[in-house]
Amino acid sequence: MLGIYILTLAIFLGAVLIMRVPSTLHTPLMSATNMISGIVLIGAMLVVGSVDSWWLQVLGFLAIAFSAANVVGGYAVTDRMLKMFKQRAPAAGTSGKGER
Amino acid sequence: MIDNWRDAFIDLAYFISAVLLIISLNQLGSPKTARVGNQLAVGGLLLAIVATFFNRDIAGGDYWVILLGIAVGGAGGYVMAQRVQMTAMPQMIAIFNGMGGATSALIAVSEFLGKSDLGRGTVLSIALGCIIGSIALTGSLVAFAKLQGLVPSRTALPGNRQLITAGLLGGMALLGAITVILQDGALAQTVLILTFLLALAAGVLLVMPIGGADMPVVIAILNAFSGVAAVLSGFVVNNQLMIIGGTLVGASGVFLSLLMAKAMNRSIGNVIFGAFGATPSAGGAGTGGGESLPVREVTPDDAAVSLAYADRVIVVPGYGLAVAQAQHSVQELASLLQERGVDVRYAIHPVAGRMPGHMNVLLAEANVPYDDLYEMERINGDFAKTDVVLVIGANDVTNPAARDDPNSPIYGMPVLRVDEAERVIVLKRGMSTGFAGVENALFHNPKTSMLFGDAKASIGKLIAEVRAA
Repeated sequence: MLGIYILTLAIFLGAVLIMRVPSTLHTPLMSATNMISGIVLIGAMLVVGSVDSWWLQVLGFLAIAFSAANVVGGYAVTDRMLKMFKQRAPAAGTSGKGER
Repeated sequence: MIDNWRDAFIDLAYFISAVLLIISLNQLGSPKTARVGNQLAVGGLLLAIVATFFNRDIAGGDYWVILLGIAVGGAGGYVMAQRVQMTAMPQMIAIFNGMGGATSALIAVSEFLGKSDLGRGTVLSIALGCIIGSIALTGSLVAFAKLQGLVPSRTALPGNRQLITAGLLGGMALLGAITVILQDGALAQTVLILTFLLALAAGVLLVMPIGGADMPVVIAILNAFSGVAAVLSGFVVNNQLMIIGGTLVGASGVFLSLLMAKAMNRSIGNVIFGAFGATPSAGGAGTGGGESLPVREVTPDDAAVSLAYADRVIVVPGYGLAVAQAQHSVQELASLLQERGVDVRYAIHPVAGRMPGHMNVLLAEANVPYDDLYEMERINGDFAKTDVVLVIGANDVTNPAARDDPNSPIYGMPVLRVDEAERVIVLKRGMSTGFAGVENALFHNPKTSMLFGDAKASIGKLIAEVRAA
C-alpha cells in the first residue's frame, strides 16, 4: 500500500519536473530517463539472489546485463550530448570553434 | 541486531538515491546545469547498486553472476554510447527502451517461476509488468528496425491484420487475468509464459504498421512503457526506489508522447491504431496532381546574394538536413552571415527530426549555440519581420495548407509560418512529398524559390557565393 502512496506522489513530482525541461533538451532527457530506468538493475540483482535453478539465473543474468547497459550507456550518451550544448559566446561574431 | 543495521544502511542508500534522481531531473531544467544533473543521477544509481550488494538475499551468494552481468552489459552500453552517431540517436533510445522493458519482463517471469506463495497484488504486478515490458521490448526492436531502414517504414497491411492484433491483445489480457486468478502452481506458470509470448508478438504487431513520420510519438510511448514496466517491477520486488525511478521515466515518456502528438495534431490513439486504416490513403494522396503548378528555381549566387544582404534570416532545418549530414555546413553558412552582421536564427518545429529534441542535438553537435535555436511558439510571430527564410530538408512542418486548407490531411497541425517572410528559399532534393505524403503549397508560393540538389552540396555553393558577395 505504501507503494501506491509513493507512486501517486512521484507522478505529480515527475510531471512538474518534466514540464520544466526545455524542448532543446528533450533528447538528452530521454536518454537520461533511459539511464534512470536502469534502476531495475537492483530488482534484477534481488531476483538473481533469490532463485536457485540455473536457467532462472540465466534470465537474471540477461536482466542484469540489459539494465547495466541502460545505466552505463544512458549516462555516457547523455553526457556526450550535454557536452555539446553551448551558450552563445558573449563576444559578437562567434566563429563556432570549440572542442568536440 | 547487525542485520537491522544492514537494512538501515540499505534503506538510507536507497533514500539518498531517490533524492539524487529527483534533483537530477530538476537540474535538467537548463542546459547550464543539465550535465551536473546527469552526473547526480548516475551517482544515485551507483549508490543504490552498491547498497544492493549488502542485501541479505545477495550477500555471500553468487556475486559472480551479478558482477559478470554488470560487466558485460556496462561495457556493451558504454561502447554503444560512444560509437553512436547523433543522427542515429533515435535508434539508440529505441534500444535502451527495449532493454529496459526486457529487464522488467525478465524480473516478472523469474520472480513468478522462482517463488511460490506470492500475494495476489504481487502476481497482478508480475502479469502487468510482463505484458508491458514485453511490448516495450519487441515494439522497440521494430521501431529500431524501421529507423535503421531494415524494415520498410510503411508496411502494407493485409485487411485482417486489425482482427489478428485485436485477438492477440484480447488473448494476452485474458491469459494475464487467468494468471492472476490462478495465482500459483505449475498451470499458472505455463499461462504466464504464454502471456509473455503473446505480449512479445503484440509489440511487433502494434508498431509494425506505424509509419516513419510517427516514430517520435512511438519512441516516446515506448519510453513511457519502459518506465511503467519499471514501476511494476518495483511492486513485484517491493522496492520503493524502483517505483520512484520508474515513475519519473514514465512521466517523461507520457509528457513527450502528448507533446509530439500535439505537434502533429494527432491523438495517441490515432497514431497507434489510425495506421491500420489510414496508411494506404495517405500513401496515395501525394502522388495525384500538383505537377502542373509553377515552381520557381533559383541559382546559388542569386540565393547567396539575398542571404548576404538580408537583415534577418531564419533557418528552418528538418530531418532532410540530418540525412544529408549538412548540419556542419549550415553552421558554417550561418556564422559567415553573422560575421556580415546578418541576424541568423533557427526555427525548430517540435517534430523536426525523428525524436523529441533531435534537431537541437544535431545542431549542438555542429557548434550552433542553443540560444540561437527558437521553438515554434517563440519564433512564429517573427517570420513576418524576416527577409529570408532558408528551409533545409523540412517539408510538412512548413506547409501553409495546415492553416488555410480545411481539406488538407494535415489541416490543424501547428506549422512554422514560413510563408509570412519576404522571401523563402527551399533547399530540396526534388519535388517529392514529405512524410505525410501531402503536396506543400509553400513550394508554389510566388515568394518561394527552390534550390534543388543535395542539401550539403547546395549549402557548400551558398557558402562560396556568400564569400564572394
